[in-house]
Amino acid sequence: MLGPNGAGKTTSISLMLGLRQPTAGQVRLFGLPPTDRRARSRCGVMLQESGTTAVLTVAEIVDLFRAYYPAPLPAERAIAMAGLTEQAGARVGTLSGGQRQRLYFALAICGDPEILFLDEPTVGMDVEARRAFVTSVQTLAATGKTIVFTTHYLREAEELAGRIVVIDHGTVIADASPRELKARVPGKKITMIAGRPLSRADLDGLPASVIHLDGDRASLLSNEPATVLRELFRRGVDVVDLEVSGADLEEAFLTLTRRAEAAAG
Amino acid sequence: MSAGAVTRGAPATPEVARLGRMLAAQTWSEMRIRWRIPAFSVTIVALPVLFFTFFGLPYVNQTMAGGTSLGAYLLASFAAYSVGSVMVFGFGIGVATERALKVDMLMRATPLPPIIAILAKVLNAQVYALLSLVVLIAYGMVVGGIRQDLTVWLDMIIRLLVGSVPFIALGFAIGYLSGPNVAPAAANLVYLPLAFASGLFLPLSQLPGFVQRVAPYLPAYHYGQLAWSAVGAASEPMTVAFAWLAGYTVLFFAIALRAYRREESRKFG
Repeated sequence: MLGPNGAGKTTSISLMLGLRQPTAGQVRLFGLPPTDRRARSRCGVMLQESGTTAVLTVAEIVDLFRAYYPAPLPAERAIAMAGLTEQAGARVGTLSGGQRQRLYFALAICGDPEILFLDEPTVGMDVEARRAFVTSVQTLAATGKTIVFTTHYLREAEELAGRIVVIDHGTVIADASPRELKARVPGKKITMIAGRPLSRADLDGLPASVIHLDGDRASLLSNEPATVLRELFRRGVDVVDLEVSGADLEEAFLTLTRRAEAAAG
Repeated sequence: MSAGAVTRGAPATPEVARLGRMLAAQTWSEMRIRWRIPAFSVTIVALPVLFFTFFGLPYVNQTMAGGTSLGAYLLASFAAYSVGSVMVFGFGIGVATERALKVDMLMRATPLPPIIAILAKVLNAQVYALLSLVVLIAYGMVVGGIRQDLTVWLDMIIRLLVGSVPFIALGFAIGYLSGPNVAPAAANLVYLPLAFASGLFLPLSQLPGFVQRVAPYLPAYHYGQLAWSAVGAASEPMTVAFAWLAGYTVLFFAIALRAYRREESRKFG
């Protein structure tokens, strides 16, 4: 589940877990209400806003969470999958931010759940923790587990997900495989200064979306920057300064959101 | 999240973990957590002994008007103080701290039923209350030379543990109404004057007249009766004491529940 901050990712996860009540509609997990103990026994959860006691050790708290589930993983295995073997005897309060994030991952998987809900799992992870996390997620996915995770990094979603749901302002604006999504999201940003003030007519009909136009300055998003420039030159637009760069996610979302609005309106 | 992908594969048997095992693991963890916070574990054992040393030991050899040993009476008073403080401070500060750490958020998403989590806390508090009572009574017997039948002490311990529920409720109310920094002060501000005004530190007869008139309306006064009755010095029937304590349990839980709901609606809107 991909979206910028404030898109409604955490709210969606909270609804799926029964931590919030929907104002309309209903949520079913394994055909059960998400608050049902049988449903919860088949879920693993990693929340953004949560904590644990500081005075238990990693091994102790993993052991405690294992007791909540009918058929948990061996504690050592869950701890190893989270990359915390060396810290197993350390108290939670002494862990670094990244290690704490790994602990939450260990707590999420220790019940050997069929489905994992991970809300912004890599926030606060260092490079090493992130690598261990990616490997574990791929291992789990390979054994048939369903993993639902939220992120605001397009690259992370591409790397890990088989299906990406893009949401913004609480609305699904895309639901596709990473490859499909990439094709729909413009990958390049063209920033230019023209030799004369530009008008809308100069930019109409180009394979690009205009995100900024002010006098002789314009910014466009496109997957075909070369075609855009060729067409501009053909129209007699003189380019004084030009920069073509990779579009960042906020900008990519902007075009998807605009398209959603256009479709709705 | 197609339903097909999620429901694939037969559910693990059994479907849920055994509640008894959850309760045991949860209680054991709670006990370990408490034990590792010396501010709690030392205080709950040491303070009643300390208070009894100052307020009780000088009078152990005196006898009350009704023939009861003043030493036994004062030991019973501090026993009641001790159990009440385990509950008010343990639950008050414990709940406030867990709320601040957002422990509840993650727990709510696990299969652990909230009632098991609460029961574990209660069991844990009962164990610490028992520990504190055993240490205090042993101290009174050895250092104070207070002699009573063993059944008297057993009777007192059972009554105090059973009757401690309103103080658990009071702890929950404090824990939900205050943050982790305020909770210790709030617990002190509520519980210490309450214990004093109920005659747990000094016999009521030695307190100002207006306090003597207020005392029969306070929960700790009726809680004290449970302990005093065990040494034969109660001033009201046990049924009356338990009725008052039941009433206060309802009141304090209602306050706690209101505060809890208010927070829930703020957090989960």
